[in-house]
Amino acid sequence: MVSPSDSDPAADALPDYRRQSPAVAARFAALRQRPVVLEIDRLGRQFAGEHGPVTALRDISLQIHRREFVCVIGPSGCGKSTFIRLLAGLDTPTSGRVLLDGKPVTGPGPDRGMVFQGYTLFPWLSVTRNVMFGLEMQGKAATEAERDALQWIDLVGLRKFAHAYPHQLSGGMKQRVAIARALAASPRILLMDEPFGALDAQTRAQMQAHLLEIWRNVDVTIFFITHDLDEAILLADRILVLKANPGEVQELIEVPVPRPRRLDQLTTPEFLATRRRLDELIHPKVAAHVASERLPIVRLTQLGDDVE
Amino acid sequence: MSRWFSIRQDLTPGRHRLLGVFAFLLPLAVWSLFSYVPWLWHPMVRVTDPAGVSWIKPGQILPREDFAKLVEKQAALAAPLPTGAPANPLYFPPPHAVGRALYTAFTTEPVLKGDKWLHEAIFSSIGTIFWGFTLACLVGVPLGIFCGASPAVARLTEPFVDFIRYMPAPAFGALMVAIFGIHVAPKIGIIFIGVFFPLVLVVATTVRRADVSLVEAAQTLGAKRRALVLRVLVPASLPDLYNDLRLLLGSAWTYLIVAEVVGVSSGISFFINQQAKYRNFDNVYAAIVIIGAIGFTTDQALAWIGQRLFAWKNPRPSRLRRFFGRLTGSTASPAPVASA
Ligand SMILES: Nc1ncnc2c1ncn2[C@@H]1O[C@H](COP(=O)(O)OP(=O)(O)OP(=O)(O)O)[C@@H](O)[C@H]1O
Ligand SMILES: [Mg+2]
Repeated sequence: MVSPSDSDPAADALPDYRRQSPAVAARFAALRQRPVVLEIDRLGRQFAGEHGPVTALRDISLQIHRREFVCVIGPSGCGKSTFIRLLAGLDTPTSGRVLLDGKPVTGPGPDRGMVFQGYTLFPWLSVTRNVMFGLEMQGKAATEAERDALQWIDLVGLRKFAHAYPHQLSGGMKQRVAIARALAASPRILLMDEPFGALDAQTRAQMQAHLLEIWRNVDVTIFFITHDLDEAILLADRILVLKANPGEVQELIEVPVPRPRRLDQLTTPEFLATRRRLDELIHPKVAAHVASERLPIVRLTQLGDDVE
Repeated sequence: MSRWFSIRQDLTPGRHRLLGVFAFLLPLAVWSLFSYVPWLWHPMVRVTDPAGVSWIKPGQILPREDFAKLVEKQAALAAPLPTGAPANPLYFPPPHAVGRALYTAFTTEPVLKGDKWLHEAIFSSIGTIFWGFTLACLVGVPLGIFCGASPAVARLTEPFVDFIRYMPAPAFGALMVAIFGIHVAPKIGIIFIGVFFPLVLVVATTVRRADVSLVEAAQTLGAKRRALVLRVLVPASLPDLYNDLRLLLGSAWTYLIVAEVVGVSSGISFFINQQAKYRNFDNVYAAIVIIGAIGFTTDQALAWIGQRLFAWKNPRPSRLRRFFGRLTGSTASPAPVASA
């Protein structure tokens, strides 16, 4: 992953990633006027390690507005999963707090839906019954829950598989069901932890388009973790870049790429400029790093049998 | 064609069946060899002609050395020599005798009036097992599930259960008789004790093994404690629980044999002991084989049902599951398999 600027002199002509077109600037201004759904206030989490406490997250503050799409990126092990679990209430912070609509988060609840990286559909339930789960937890009658569930299944385009069991679905389909299941419980915010991380490139692109489409049509705020930089730029209004050891906010980027987003925006100047900035933040001086740390491998092949 | 004995590679269905049959044929073959080949083992001699020796009768079985000494003695007296054929001890009847006994044991009247016929003994044993096992499950499964679901309940329960588990159930025999009398109740009690305590621990462990991310997913969908246990943990661990119970049902048979000699001896153990007393060892073997057959077929049947009940665990369409799905109102029907 070498940023385009390293070799390409034309890339230096890229605009500043902070420069926004009037339309984009107006959109961000409007966005800031919307009410805050989730307020993250100096959030921190320490784990008890073998050699004393390990700080996984430190002092993270962020306000997420209604119907905003926020992505979080950061190197592996920087505490992204820890972060999202704190928001979901599946873990408790050691400092700071999380407020949802002004009320402190004390535990998991249906107002914060979650899509996990691994597949967490209930394998003993059909697709419909999986999606009905949250509705039934809210005390909806079975027939009503089933009708609602089928609407959500329609929305993710899996009507044909409504009666299938999870083991009969492909990875992408499973995640679509997981999204439908989370949305059916009508959460205020949808938390997604690298939901497309295990999918192949093509399915992943489809799922990204799908997710944007869903987000346009459903009144929901999305908090999305990824390690794919293009994915973050393609999806997000704002990108929170974390750094590792301890996990801290490195920068909060307002993505200058106009909406509606499409895959062919991948080569627009705004996109490339943002991409270059993210590369700088996530992979500082990759080339030098790789060169200085050659792996201690002894040559094990025949002479004249070179592959490179 | 793959090799027969490759490591961890599934057998073809044909070989699977064939080897399963061989699993029974091989021991039977060994048994037949030792029974029917006269120079294999046969440490005894069955007298065919006593030749005037007053203290042996035709058909009597005595050790080879004793018979040899007898022949020597007769030869020294120049008297007619007794004859005999190699034989196995009484306690090692040949397959055909046991096979015959499998039938005749059901048709011969009990020696003493008031003793039970074999089929009555078997039914009485099955009844004892059924009640002991069912009661243990009724109490033990819910308790085990609570232990598996809640670390607090587990900590409060499991150390003591573990402690009692090490006491052999038959040790409670005298106590059971004192409490429950001498008939069937103390026997059920012993099976209960033998099954209940391991059951609680096994069920708790199985429930604890259920995927915690499913619980977390359910929590983010609004499930609270009760729903987490009943709608997530229980269905998630049900297939494994089912197999646990299958294994424990096997151990219930072990306790049965000890339990039945407590108080008034009854059931299949009584039949076995009685037949051994009359030295009808072919009947003894027949009874043991019948126990094995009952256990084996029950287990196979339960495995078969389980495979169909929990088809989501081993992907294979099943009519039985759809039937149960319809009963419980879930809309299980065939669906196209995803390709994308
Ligand atoms: N339960 C725990 N106990 C101790 N340390 C933990 C625990 N959970 C996470 N950590 C530590 O916190 C740090 C952040 O972990 P986390 O899983 O949040 O990273 P991540 O950014 O999600 O990584 P990845 O991109 O690989 O998913 C890691 O160093 C990890 O070892
Ligand atoms: Mg993670």
